[in-house]
Amino acid sequence: MRARARAVITALGALGLTLTGAASARAVDIGGFAQVNYAARISGAPCGAAGPCDFLLGEERLQLKLEGTSEQGRSGFAAKVDLFQDAVENRAGVEVREAFVNLTGKHAALRVGRQIVTWGAGDLVFVNDVFPKDWAALFTGRPMEYLKVGSGALKVDLHPGAFDAEIVVLPIFQPDRFPTANRFILPDPFPPGLPRLEEQKDRSLANAELAGRISHYLSDWGLSLYACRTFFRTPAMAVDDPAAPSSVHIFYPRLNTYGVSATGSFMGGVASFEGGYLDSREDRHGTNPAIENSMLKGLAGYSYPLWRDATLGLQGYLERTLDYGAYRATLPAGFPARDERRWLATVRLTQLMWNQTLTGSLFAFWGVTDHDGYLIPSARYAATDNVLVEIGGNVFVARDSHTMFGALDRNDNVYATVRYSF
Amino acid sequence: MNKVLMRLACLVCLTGLLTGAAPAQPPAAEIEKRSLDSFYAAGRDMRVRVSMVLTNQQGGERKRELTMLRKNMGSVGDQRYYMYFHAPPDVRGTTFLIWKYPIKDDDRWIFIPAIKLVRRIAASDRRSSFVGSDFTYEDVSGRDVTDETHSLLRSEALDGRPCYVLESRPVGSADYARRTSWIDTERWIPLKEEYFDSHGRSIRVYTADRVEEIGGHWTVTHRTMRNLQTGQRTEVTFQDVSYDQGLPDNLFMERALREPPASVR
Repeated sequence: MRARARAVITALGALGLTLTGAASARAVDIGGFAQVNYAARISGAPCGAAGPCDFLLGEERLQLKLEGTSEQGRSGFAAKVDLFQDAVENRAGVEVREAFVNLTGKHAALRVGRQIVTWGAGDLVFVNDVFPKDWAALFTGRPMEYLKVGSGALKVDLHPGAFDAEIVVLPIFQPDRFPTANRFILPDPFPPGLPRLEEQKDRSLANAELAGRISHYLSDWGLSLYACRTFFRTPAMAVDDPAAPSSVHIFYPRLNTYGVSATGSFMGGVASFEGGYLDSREDRHGTNPAIENSMLKGLAGYSYPLWRDATLGLQGYLERTLDYGAYRATLPAGFPARDERRWLATVRLTQLMWNQTLTGSLFAFWGVTDHDGYLIPSARYAATDNVLVEIGGNVFVARDSHTMFGALDRNDNVYATVRYSF
Repeated sequence: MNKVLMRLACLVCLTGLLTGAAPAQPPAAEIEKRSLDSFYAAGRDMRVRVSMVLTNQQGGERKRELTMLRKNMGSVGDQRYYMYFHAPPDVRGTTFLIWKYPIKDDDRWIFIPAIKLVRRIAASDRRSSFVGSDFTYEDVSGRDVTDETHSLLRSEALDGRPCYVLESRPVGSADYARRTSWIDTERWIPLKEEYFDSHGRSIRVYTADRVEEIGGHWTVTHRTMRNLQTGQRTEVTFQDVSYDQGLPDNLFMERALREPPASVR
């Protein structure tokens, strides 16, 4: 025990010394942006007694970014803090997007603090990226960086030679942010009026998440292996008593993931492959209908330059639910069943114009088996070196209301963002 | 005696040949090759702070600032480029990596710091604009001598410098039909290049506006590319140029994209 305490004190001492070194840092870089971001529903759908609720988003935001490194570059820090005023939820607040300290050695680097980590080879389709996301931000047309949410984490990078390894420890669980009824019009599969009781994970060490990645280049192909001990960030939902429900329990079951990805040049374009196995630890036999079964995920993508400044990206994605028979056998009556195999295809078409100051883009999801879709047309114009204007839309197409995009079908919206960067 | 006469006769013939011959000129392809080597591959490695000013026909300006590192790898034409963008503000911190090969298409990666995402970019078109400027990727990282056929038109002085004037025509399809270049006969760098379309109209003109000797290498520290079709021009200034600093290979790997070394920020 004493030895461990000594080790901790020594490590903290080393950190202190490094930070003292950082005190003689070069000038701190200050940057950021001021941003106005509005989104309005165009479906005309009513949303209840409260009256019209066309605006999904109406916010002003100031981001301040500070970065500094020590003279030798062995240590540094970065912080991104947003101050925002949200007219739709009628609140103002502070959001710490990132705040971390870096310590860099010859063969290892440590980053500790709130940080964003992105893994995998997909384009808006995630197989091995288990880190928190804000789906509500995507569906309201907020800038793409807001799809990713920072996590309090300790990240160790090791690069001993032939390969790079990354280990991320996330001590405190954070779920994904999904559309909620205070902005979106959403179907509810449960009887109306039932209170929701969301699980708050206790802050025990046993609940710490662990994610690891090993990467290696084989010729010009980037290969990665992934393994994570985590939780589903999509909530599982169950009523307390199916016979006489009095509340809906929202919880986040344990999950292990294992995966692989490869990206490289192929026939003048870029090909990418990603596969993953999701081990649903609390429902290994698939008999608990509230919890996702274990599943296999596969993704193949290809991006190709069509003509000057134009790129076409195609992806095919397959999700296969394991123990499907058990899932069907235990699914409560009246609940729509998912398919055993869920196919999804995406297309991204991007065209740069006017000396690359104008970017036209169309991203389309097509749920082949879910019979739904999601289109994101957008135009982004860099009016000056500081001012960026973006307008776009989020259009949901669906046959059924229980599918991923079907649930959002009444939330078609247009959005506008104006940003001044400094 | 006969042998002496024979030697004398040979000597006379040789002297006649030498005095009657014009000064030897290297073949056009060799001039181009030497020019490409001097302009795009000087030293074992290079580091430079690049400022770009893009000026449109109305006089509106956009600026780009980046630190560029280049390393020549083992074989000829095999190079790696690393770029860190300082400005404009919305791309500050973006890094860009190019592995350039003499024959096949480049490999390119971009790192978008806001979402900590490294993305591989499809890169078969070396003639597309580099960051919206009038320079193409090829203008920045060079081409292979065999991408064009070359002929020597003449030798002439340009702004007081002796030059070979070459005409080069692309072997494959390109956005120009021919290119005339003025290559300094002593420093081997191109001082001017003019691109023509298939109708013989001049469409782009490059000029080397300032040339300095740095670390034993002649370096164009100020250059301009004028697009005669759009009226736009891009001026590029090189500052803090250094060669042969022993840049390590791991600066040109994906890890350095994600974690830019303090020396380039």
